[in-house]
Amino acid sequence: MKETFYDVMRRQGITRRSFLKFCSLTAAAMGLSPLYASKIAHAMETKPRIPVLWLHGLECTCCSESFLRSGHPLAKDVILSMISLDYDSVIMAAAGHQAEAIVEEVIAEHKGEYILACEGNPGLEQDVTGGMSCVVAGRPYTEQLRMAAKDAKAIISWGSCASWGCVQAAAPNPTGATPIHKVPGIGNAPIIKVPGCPPIAEVMTAVVTYLVTFDRLPELDRQGRPKMFYSQRIHDKCYRRPHFDAGQFVEAWDDEGARQGYCLYKMGCKGPTTYNACSTVRWNGGLSFPIQSGHPCIGCSEDGFWDKGGFYDRLTNIPQFGVEANADTVGGTAAAIVGGAVAAHAAVSALKRTQQKGDQE
Amino acid sequence: MGTTIRNEPAVYVYEAPLRLWHWFNAFALLVLCVTGYFIGAPLPTLSGEASDHFLMGYIRFAHFAAGYIFVIGFVFRIYWAFVGNEHARQIFLPPITNPDFWDGVRHEIKWYAFIAREPRKYTGHNPLAVITMHVMLVWGTVFMIVTGLALYGEGTGMDSWQYTWFSSWVIPLFGQSQDVHTFHRLGMWFILLFVITHVYVAIREDIMSRQSLISTMISGWRTFKDNREVDDGH
Repeated sequence: MKETFYDVMRRQGITRRSFLKFCSLTAAAMGLSPLYASKIAHAMETKPRIPVLWLHGLECTCCSESFLRSGHPLAKDVILSMISLDYDSVIMAAAGHQAEAIVEEVIAEHKGEYILACEGNPGLEQDVTGGMSCVVAGRPYTEQLRMAAKDAKAIISWGSCASWGCVQAAAPNPTGATPIHKVPGIGNAPIIKVPGCPPIAEVMTAVVTYLVTFDRLPELDRQGRPKMFYSQRIHDKCYRRPHFDAGQFVEAWDDEGARQGYCLYKMGCKGPTTYNACSTVRWNGGLSFPIQSGHPCIGCSEDGFWDKGGFYDRLTNIPQFGVEANADTVGGTAAAIVGGAVAAHAAVSALKRTQQKGDQE
Repeated sequence: MGTTIRNEPAVYVYEAPLRLWHWFNAFALLVLCVTGYFIGAPLPTLSGEASDHFLMGYIRFAHFAAGYIFVIGFVFRIYWAFVGNEHARQIFLPPITNPDFWDGVRHEIKWYAFIAREPRKYTGHNPLAVITMHVMLVWGTVFMIVTGLALYGEGTGMDSWQYTWFSSWVIPLFGQSQDVHTFHRLGMWFILLFVITHVYVAIREDIMSRQSLISTMISGWRTFKDNREVDDGH
């Protein structure tokens, strides 16, 4: 009989009490009713572990870093044992040909059953120029990705790299960094996007837990993100929101408003346009999140956040109108030109009319 | 010309519901532009307790309330284009396939460029006005309503009709929420350009054209300043 999650956890010295605690916490984090805690427990006690291939493309490993720091102490042990993480070049001890062979072994043995976790994205320039921007075990990463994606049960796009492209896809994007769902030949496996740079650890573990427990994808929004974590904006649940409604803003980094913890809207906070769970789940075990530490949200879980000009501007740049032009500079300039033209036209009209009246008399 | 004998009969052009819409719409636009400007670039910060103030809250409320007046007004305006008189349809259906219409546009441009000595005489809008209102006001309004409701739906949440009908497809279409904000603001400036031009032209035409303009949008009656034939065949 295959080893279940629960067996693994017990083997790792986790008590049944801690195990059940984890199950209720996860149910709560996913917004499920308390009844689901027992369902999760049951799933973990009976289901065999799901093999996971965790591939790394162009990225900075911040997703892995976040994942390993999953706030609830149990989470990282549980999740890392819960799934059968068969391949993850960053944290696995093995290396060389044997380690690489595991990828093909998993694909062959668990066809259509394994989950492909993508951290980072491929540089499609490899396809065009044969460039060597991202090479894994002597082969272009795009090859490894396509091979693994073909027979995957589902693909998880970890972080903004895999979901949207992120910093390496910033204009002019020399490596052709492309988010997973836009890679040609990626196959038909359903893709779950878990954006963020990095995503919140608890969000990552909860997505995996959901997949394991219910054996299906969580409900996704139109952009492919799990609704349970990405259906509200940071701004909607921000603890500084009352200052926003009151009209109390930080105007400069060292002013009284900054000390009082006023709203960071004027400092370019992207909370109002960013869908993520930071203001509710928070980071580092619920300790804090960027806005709580006095820094505006930069909108790292939103598509294209890297190419919108300064992080500290409320109105973001419109690149088509040159450097440092936002909606107000573009619109204000147009209004000034039209206003000036109207004044000039009015003056000429008045002159013409006086002239014509003179002619008539 | 000397003194003109004004015996051309006045024509009832703008019916009461249309005139009411015009002024409600103008008022809503004013409120929307002012409050919208301050939502994107807020007033200087207020000190004291957060519970003492609700400035941003009131500004946003005024924006949303005026937005609903703007939306409901526009829906009504489309309805009125069907049931109202022929002038109620004019700005929605510019006769772009008619060469005479484009001849009228050219003549109107010449009149504004001080090349033509005299404008033509119209019972309804002149052709240049029809084109400008159709492109800037009608489509500008559609754009602002769609993006505006998409942004509003973000606040009302994923189960709301605003989110389902607008936010769910508008936000991915533009890329992300911030882009929708940026284009919504550009739309505000676009409509402001229309307002500047519209107000100037209305005043100028009222003085210099051959028919009444401003009083027509108040009383509904178009009066004429000479008794020669009108050019739009009414």
